Amino acid sequence: MSQDKPQQALETRILQIGVGRDERTGAISYPIYPSATYRHPAVGESTGFDYTRSGNPTRQILEEGLATLEGGARGLTFGSGMAALTTLFLHFSSGDHVVVSEDLYGGTYRVLDQVFAKFGLSATYVDTSQTAAVAAAITPQTKALLVETPGNPLLGIADLQTLGELCRSRGLLFLVDNTFLTPLLQRPLEFGADVVIHSATKYLGGHSDLCAGVLVAREAALGERLYFLQNSTGAILPPQDCWLLIRSLKTLSLRMERHCATAIKVARWLKSHPKVTAVYYPGLEDHPGHQLSKQQTRGFGGMLSFRVESDELARAVLKKLQLISFAESLGGVESLMTLPAVQTHGDVPPAERERLGICESLLRLSVGIEAVDDIIADLEQALE
Amino acid sequence: MKKPSYRTATLLVHQGKDRDPATGASVVPIYPASTYHHPGGVSGEYDYSRSGNPSREQVEEAIALLEGGVRGFAYATGMAAVGSALALLKSGDHLIAPEDLYGGSWRYISTVLPQQGIEASFVDTTDLSAIEAAIRPNTRGIFLETPSNPLFKITDLAAVAQLARAKGLLTLLDNTFMTPLLQKPLQLGIDVVIHSGTKFLGGHSDLMAGLITTADVELGKRLKYFQNAFGAVLSPFDCFLLSRGIKTLKLRLEAAQANAQILAERLQQHPAVAQVYYPGLEGFIGRKRHFAQASGAGAILSFELKELSGIKPLLQTVKLPIIAPSLGGVETILTHCWSMSHAAIPAATKRQLGIRETLVRISAGIEDVEDLWEDLAAGLGG
Repeated sequence: MSQDKPQQALETRILQIGVGRDERTGAISYPIYPSATYRHPAVGESTGFDYTRSGNPTRQILEEGLATLEGGARGLTFGSGMAALTTLFLHFSSGDHVVVSEDLYGGTYRVLDQVFAKFGLSATYVDTSQTAAVAAAITPQTKALLVETPGNPLLGIADLQTLGELCRSRGLLFLVDNTFLTPLLQRPLEFGADVVIHSATKYLGGHSDLCAGVLVAREAALGERLYFLQNSTGAILPPQDCWLLIRSLKTLSLRMERHCATAIKVARWLKSHPKVTAVYYPGLEDHPGHQLSKQQTRGFGGMLSFRVESDELARAVLKKLQLISFAESLGGVESLMTLPAVQTHGDVPPAERERLGICESLLRLSVGIEAVDDIIADLEQALE
Repeated sequence: MKKPSYRTATLLVHQGKDRDPATGASVVPIYPASTYHHPGGVSGEYDYSRSGNPSREQVEEAIALLEGGVRGFAYATGMAAVGSALALLKSGDHLIAPEDLYGGSWRYISTVLPQQGIEASFVDTTDLSAIEAAIRPNTRGIFLETPSNPLFKITDLAAVAQLARAKGLLTLLDNTFMTPLLQKPLQLGIDVVIHSGTKFLGGHSDLMAGLITTADVELGKRLKYFQNAFGAVLSPFDCFLLSRGIKTLKLRLEAAQANAQILAERLQQHPAVAQVYYPGLEGFIGRKRHFAQASGAGAILSFELKELSGIKPLLQTVKLPIIAPSLGGVETILTHCWSMSHAAIPAATKRQLGIRETLVRISAGIEDVEDLWEDLAAGLGG
């Protein structure tokens, strides 16, 4: 019971994270260790834990569990998704260049554009669903490719296999933000990704009640380097939230199954609505990334976006929602809707937003686990 | 937020108040405050946390909504809830209780209540005439469990409620095994519903909690009075955690129930197994009665080994289930009732009730059922 058994189903292994690992008591739920520091047995001796920024038993259980889920050598957890990304970007040096998905979370754009640009890390944004466009953006200074797939908010699908091969042949680090799908639906390390990034605030946490970020490195050496940065800069996840995230993972497979099952029904319903002009969901047969999604994922996830007739209607919908919350974030058990142009992607320059199609008639929906009929009924009355 | 007629899956996620009115926060805040400011010496909605706490109100409202009660109450443990519900009785009263009953409840009713001058008779509550025969002039209440723990005896709730009403008796039911998702006793006429929130409602084996709800306004007032007077309330942090567990109840229970059904069917075919107790099995005694009042068989089952010598190897061989008292977690829990959940009951009484040393209870978790079966089959040998 105490050690991970790769022959067991991933669903079973998730439930074993931390179970019975407390040797003194056999406690089923692993303890929360709030201790900041640890008593040394003698000079030069350590229990394995010295100081909580450097290592904490509760965090260690979580980080090992996450590494298992993604199939990587090392997992690291941070105080937010952005803290995870920032720590990852600190791996690069002044003068380096990264190629990044243009259909991407606005916060990632903001930290690259307004923080890391000042430190001499430059970025080029491309449509990563077009492998040729990625190849064309590579310069001699390029050190990495950062991909979000499905993209945010337009749900474009990047070809992980091809991009992995491209990165390998050009000597680039391949970084994949797996927040939208989680390792249960997509395991980028199997396609050659070097690091997987998560905002665990979303599906991994799943209850809209914690902020956390994750990095999982495929190779131990890169994991060690990222651990060095985690320990040096210290944006760690506190023990209480580590415990809450372990708890969250226990229902991840059930939640993801339900998110997927409900999202496809909502997507189909929206598609048939006369005031909805477009629906972006990879599970729809006419989505340009549908076939590719089927090849590289075990499900299409719970995120979708849709366009309505006018900007005014989009605002009216947000105002009239009763069950669905008008809120940023995603991946919770409760359905959340946002206006990406104003909220999640407000820091992307207007011209760039316009070019990408993130206009004010576009709504993004994180489909929750409520009864699907209630979700659709709320959308129906809001679109009236 | 006003609650229109939302379906259960939606109610579970949104519960009572699903947004903090001040900030719009998607989760009700944890209020650790023990007391509340009285501006100008005037009390507001809240005075003192034992009497009322917004985090606790969230779960109290949730259980009332789910069970169809008028108000709910949250306690530190399931036994604190049982004890608080039984405080509706007074010295000189007599209580009828089932003979097949959770060991902790049995202990409370058979040892603590008599100290308070309350006598109890343990009867087979599946037999209406046995209940009727046990009624005395001073009988005030009937305590029930269905399915019973650990032998899955099924009591006809509507019939007992009707009898109780005719005789002016209070009915109290421990609905822990079923949860309001599968069985709604208030709709069948039961007066007070009790839960160990530690089990399926919490669902992660990481908190202790008890809940009570009633559809009767007057009983609600008396329960509130005693909750405040006695003070075995649930802490604000555990209220948050319980509310969080309830959000995924439907997903967890449906998955666990599907696993239990498969395990029960396979155990029944296993040569080392003498008998399986699970209402989901065709031909199980009480199956028809159970499904007349519940929408599912639940996620718990018991089985009897043919040989006592098989118990030790089973408990030593299985690796996946937690071997422990308790149930209702995402992890499968295996209980040797004789020495764990029902240890409080004297050996002779257990034997008389049919709780043998060869009996094992399984609370199915949400793991992959093939992993569970392989592990269990290895433990059973052959």
